[in-house]
Amino acid sequence: MSEQVSASVPALRLEAIVKTFPGVRALDGVSFDVMPGEVHALMGENGAGKSTLMKVLGGIHQPDSGRIIVSETPVKMSSPLEAKHKGIVFIHQELSLAKELTVAENIYLGELPRKRFGLVDWQALFDKTNTILQRLKVGFDARTRVGDLSIANQQMVEIARALTHEAKAVIFDEPTASLTDAEKTVLFEVIDDLKSHGVGIIYISHRMEEIFKITDRISVLRDGQYRGTLETAETTEEDITQLMIGRKLDLTRHASDHELGEVALEVKGLSCGSLYKDISFKVRAGEVVGFYGLVGAGRTEIAETLFGLRTPTGGCIVLEGQEVEISSPVDAINLGISLVPENRKEQGLVLGMNCRDNMTLPQVSDLTAGPFVSDGAEIAIFDHYYDKLEIKTPSWKQQAGNLSGGNQQKIVIGKWLSMHPKVLIVDEPTRGIDVGSKSEIHKLIRDLASQGYAVVVISSEMPEVLQVSDRIVAMYSGRIMREFTSEEVTEDSLIQAISGLGDNSGQAA
Amino acid sequence: MNNESRTRLIKKGAIWGFILFELVFFSVAGSYLSLSESAFMDLDNMLLLLKQSAPIGIIALGMTIIMINGNIDLSVGATYALAAIVMLDSMTWPVFAGFGDWVIPVSWILALMTGVALGAVNGLIVWKTGVDAFIVTLGAMLGYRGLVFMYNGEEPTSHLNWTLVDFAEAQFLGLHTATWFLLAVVGGLWFLMNRTVHGRNAYAIGDNREAAVNAGIRVGPHMMINFMLIGFLAALSAVVFYSESGSVNPNDGELFELWAITAVVLGGTKLTGGAGSIVSTLGGVIAIQLLRKGLGYIGAGTETVNLVIGLILIAVLFLDRQLNIKAKGELKV
Repeated sequence: MSEQVSASVPALRLEAIVKTFPGVRALDGVSFDVMPGEVHALMGENGAGKSTLMKVLGGIHQPDSGRIIVSETPVKMSSPLEAKHKGIVFIHQELSLAKELTVAENIYLGELPRKRFGLVDWQALFDKTNTILQRLKVGFDARTRVGDLSIANQQMVEIARALTHEAKAVIFDEPTASLTDAEKTVLFEVIDDLKSHGVGIIYISHRMEEIFKITDRISVLRDGQYRGTLETAETTEEDITQLMIGRKLDLTRHASDHELGEVALEVKGLSCGSLYKDISFKVRAGEVVGFYGLVGAGRTEIAETLFGLRTPTGGCIVLEGQEVEISSPVDAINLGISLVPENRKEQGLVLGMNCRDNMTLPQVSDLTAGPFVSDGAEIAIFDHYYDKLEIKTPSWKQQAGNLSGGNQQKIVIGKWLSMHPKVLIVDEPTRGIDVGSKSEIHKLIRDLASQGYAVVVISSEMPEVLQVSDRIVAMYSGRIMREFTSEEVTEDSLIQAISGLGDNSGQAA
Repeated sequence: MNNESRTRLIKKGAIWGFILFELVFFSVAGSYLSLSESAFMDLDNMLLLLKQSAPIGIIALGMTIIMINGNIDLSVGATYALAAIVMLDSMTWPVFAGFGDWVIPVSWILALMTGVALGAVNGLIVWKTGVDAFIVTLGAMLGYRGLVFMYNGEEPTSHLNWTLVDFAEAQFLGLHTATWFLLAVVGGLWFLMNRTVHGRNAYAIGDNREAAVNAGIRVGPHMMINFMLIGFLAALSAVVFYSESGSVNPNDGELFELWAITAVVLGGTKLTGGAGSIVSTLGGVIAIQLLRKGLGYIGAGTETVNLVIGLILIAVLFLDRQLNIKAKGELKV
């Protein structure tokens, strides 16, 4: 098979793609090719540049330099529709379907067959759609309302969309994230079918077992750079991990040099519907506990529950020996739990407000002189954390939206420190932050622990978890798989735990 | 100065620049076209303009804080009419017969309380049901107008109290009573929005509701306060206007909500919330009033006035969008 493939022309070829954003070199000369009939895995840690690359391929971003070649023709794409016409089709992780419309309308959205006077040719539409659906062997027909379908079937609609055009390359972005095992099997059959039709497939996933099951080759990105392509049949998980993480990791884990205090936060058997089940862990004052897992493993949802944004369906939360009920962020803040959310811009900051006002947001009602907000008190708080966290901004009057990611994050952290919390939960502390600021934030987290805060860090980046944590909790699909101390943890064991491997729970046998 | 702060400055100054343009334009055009003897920029004319701006203006200022908060209130016109009826009618109630002129403050308070109560109903529904403010106040607009008609059918409600009329027509330091009320509301709301916790939180909620919730801000009560405030201001607007005219028709105040929103948007407040300025809304109100007066001055009819204001509104939002696309590289979706 490999000979036959190498004899032909690549379905999709990337040549030295470069894409920079202010302050970040997101893609730094990425080149690889995908053969017709090949399933090509694209791997890399979060932030390695996969999603930027996909946006370039999808016509959402234009590369600064480099070429995209579809079956020998260099192409330039300025919109997703154009990418589709050039033969590059996406199956997104987050589905983009119009839920109120029928399957057929969704599949031919923007290209509905027409009769005279611009009327929709419904008969042709449904016939064409049903032909495609039969090929996919799905159990619904063209007239079904998309909103009535399961997530897996909605994904099939997306795939059907891909088949309406002569697709040269189909890109699957974490397609199995929300599928059951049975649904996965169907998906893999469809991928096989696409393969046999000579379509080149890029398959993005973190799940090792899937990668080994269905892909032919694996390309790895790290820090925006192309790190090599491996033949799946001749490679091992260790090889891939090695390429993904690269450098023998700088594991100068900031080992605790201070005594840990009492248990600050204890969670016993906490469950929340199907999001996570039976979660138990302890965090002591002065300790950093890292939560590592794939996106969707339930880590953020636990944080949201601790912060009063979700109501647990079982279990209890104990704070400094007292069982507590947390039904809103106000409760959480009053009890001394703070959350630096995953999504700084949407959940953490009021971007149109200045830095100082953002920092004092949770306590502004206490900073008053008579009926008015006291400027002096606010500036005092801002100045304190401006110095302490080394925030770089020309003045407190700067709009938070104009700061760099690292400084925005410091504003959010400062906001919570100024409330003197007992437990600080930091969700994805360095998402979208450049490398330099990353290590500053890591150091900051360690410093906070040594000052006696109990810190929970949620991260999808292994080096980060390894560097900042005293203990690491590995999660997989809503459950805690294993807990590691910083002495015993290895990258392999960690990756296995979060992929659902290496454990006898039967989840991924 | 970076691109963005320049854009902000342009936006802040724009409405006042527009007002200046209107003044110059109508003065010059008026000298050729006007049939009137007096100049457009005549002092009395300008003072009258401010006075005439007051009814919509007071409501528009309230609408500004509602919109900064990320909501909208379509029921202000009906609230305005109902408060007017309560004020005028209550002065004739037998219970207050012995009060003499003391009936005036009593009727004012009753009218203002009506406004606050109606606003509180809106706010409570928006808060507790989570239904969009547009829908809730659309329903309230119809419902409150229904109450107006239930009160007196198609008949106007009238009562003239000459002490009150004298007060309403008085001029203090040259400015009319209504103008003083308008300026007082500008001052009060400016302090509220820029110096108090409530104002600060209202901006935060409008800009990023999720972040505000995450910061432990209780969104509901703030929205409720704002709806009560705009109810109060709609009633205040009615009180100021009908103290002088003394007669309210059941259709009075119709379309006020749209004029108020027009003024707010001209002043640069974002429909999506989070940004906006009280003082700029005052500019928006004055700009509209100038346009009406000016076009009338050079001989154009009401229909032309509405057409021109409509076109200007769209042009303003188009320019705003272009500025944003340039300054922030917003997506051209």
